[in-house]
Amino acid sequence: MTTILRNRPALLEKTYQIAERAAWTLNPLIAKIGYARVERLIKPAEDFAKERIFGCHHCGQCILHSTGMSCPMECPKNLRNGPCGGVRPNGHCEVKPEMRCVWVVAYENSQQMPIYGHELAQIQPPVNRRLEDTSAWINMLTGVDKHVPAGWIPIENIEVVQ
Amino acid sequence: MQRDPVVSIFHNGEPRSRLERVLRSGRFAVTAELNPPDSADPQEVYDAALVLSSICDGINAVDASGANCHMSSVAICALLTRAGYEPVYQVSCRDRNRIAIQGDLLGAAAMGVRNVLCITGDDVTAGDQPEAKRVFDLDSIQLLHTARIMRDYGVYLSGRKLTVPPPLFLGAAENPFAPPFDWRPQRLAKKVAAGAEFIQTQYCFDIPRFRTFMQRVCDLGLHEKCFILAGVGPLRSAGAAEFMRTKVPGVYIPDAVIERLKGVPKNKQRAEGKKICIEIIQQVREIAGVAGIHIMAYRQEELVAEIVEEAGLLPRPFRAEVPHPARERHLHRQEEPAR
Ligand code: SF4
Repeated sequence: MTTILRNRPALLEKTYQIAERAAWTLNPLIAKIGYARVERLIKPAEDFAKERIFGCHHCGQCILHSTGMSCPMECPKNLRNGPCGGVRPNGHCEVKPEMRCVWVVAYENSQQMPIYGHELAQIQPPVNRRLEDTSAWINMLTGVDKHVPAGWIPIENIEVVQ
Repeated sequence: MQRDPVVSIFHNGEPRSRLERVLRSGRFAVTAELNPPDSADPQEVYDAALVLSSICDGINAVDASGANCHMSSVAICALLTRAGYEPVYQVSCRDRNRIAIQGDLLGAAAMGVRNVLCITGDDVTAGDQPEAKRVFDLDSIQLLHTARIMRDYGVYLSGRKLTVPPPLFLGAAENPFAPPFDWRPQRLAKKVAAGAEFIQTQYCFDIPRFRTFMQRVCDLGLHEKCFILAGVGPLRSAGAAEFMRTKVPGVYIPDAVIERLKGVPKNKQRAEGKKICIEIIQQVREIAGVAGIHIMAYRQEELVAEIVEEAGLLPRPFRAEVPHPARERHLHRQEEPAR
């Protein structure tokens, strides 16, 4: 089941899109119940599904749809912006020879993802390590996953400034 | 081969380093890697640097490459600047978190370091202490952007102000020879967007692959936004080549190269390796968008001078004529009367 899903990036991104829309629709209700309370309820289910399908590492700031539905935290070096220079000639990981490099998968998948595939070109900010092991869905709704360090000037702004 | 001086979109002022000056003048640049000592004696750094200083425009101080511990790159750079040499400070994400890295960038700049190469770093498991904790708090692109923010906006990542920002010429690495090949040029574009002004590539032994890569890079206009130095180096023997391609992460050596080395007697393989290296230099020089070479000669430093000379890349421009007093003092220490 999970491999079937893993091999269908277009289906995965569609599912993600629907889930995201649903989350935003339910947001007022969730806010009323309380984010912390809902987090306790959905976290086990979220973990269960994401671990099985994506090998989720619970960073709490999910960018799966921007990385070809291939979890960047599964990369032993936790790279968020693309592959290291050590990818093996067969496309497998430098550190774990039995695993395909998550970025080789990310690139392949993103080619088949009409909705979010182009987001692979985005530059991802440093990970907020305090969000580890919290619900990424709730963090999305509260917006904490979008917080970047105060000095992290978005790349888009820089070219305009200079 | 002269190139038009490139005006970086991020920087229009005076070159911050000699390496940048060479590159911006359109001359074909040469950088070389210094083999870091396993020693507390600065003399070992000076001895290694002395060989390299007259034949290259920047000396790379590696940051525990291959995840093997050596003298730290920031310390090597400090020694090199003291002696009037031009270091390229390699910073990897493997061993230090963002707090340590930002502090080291400031410290290095304070000690006169002007060139910084931001890299991911080989994994701890590649080295002789695989039990170590890997850090990778930032990735190489986040590191580049952080250094650029410190330089151009005068703040730490936290937003806290620096009194004097570090005037750095920022570089990144790229491996055109590792999958996913089609993505590599676009990934280079990401690095350029994050602030990379020069690039040093992994060892180039596969010229056709490199040509394809450079073609795409030029199509994307990246060669006008950053200077690309092709990584080269001599292979010591067929055995060493075989070792490198199986054991060193990211090194790709085509069968044809290994066959060519095997085709000559053992005692001639070293000379053949050097010959191959010079041929590769000549070939990459002809490829549009290549601004220089970066020589990595692990445990064969003596060969580097010969290679640069025989490839017709001497003399190097913009060399400081007057020897630095500190350099004199340190380099001639061995001639002092024994105490
Ligand atoms: S090979 Fe790929 S998965 Fe492995 S460490 Fe490098 S980028 Fe990460």
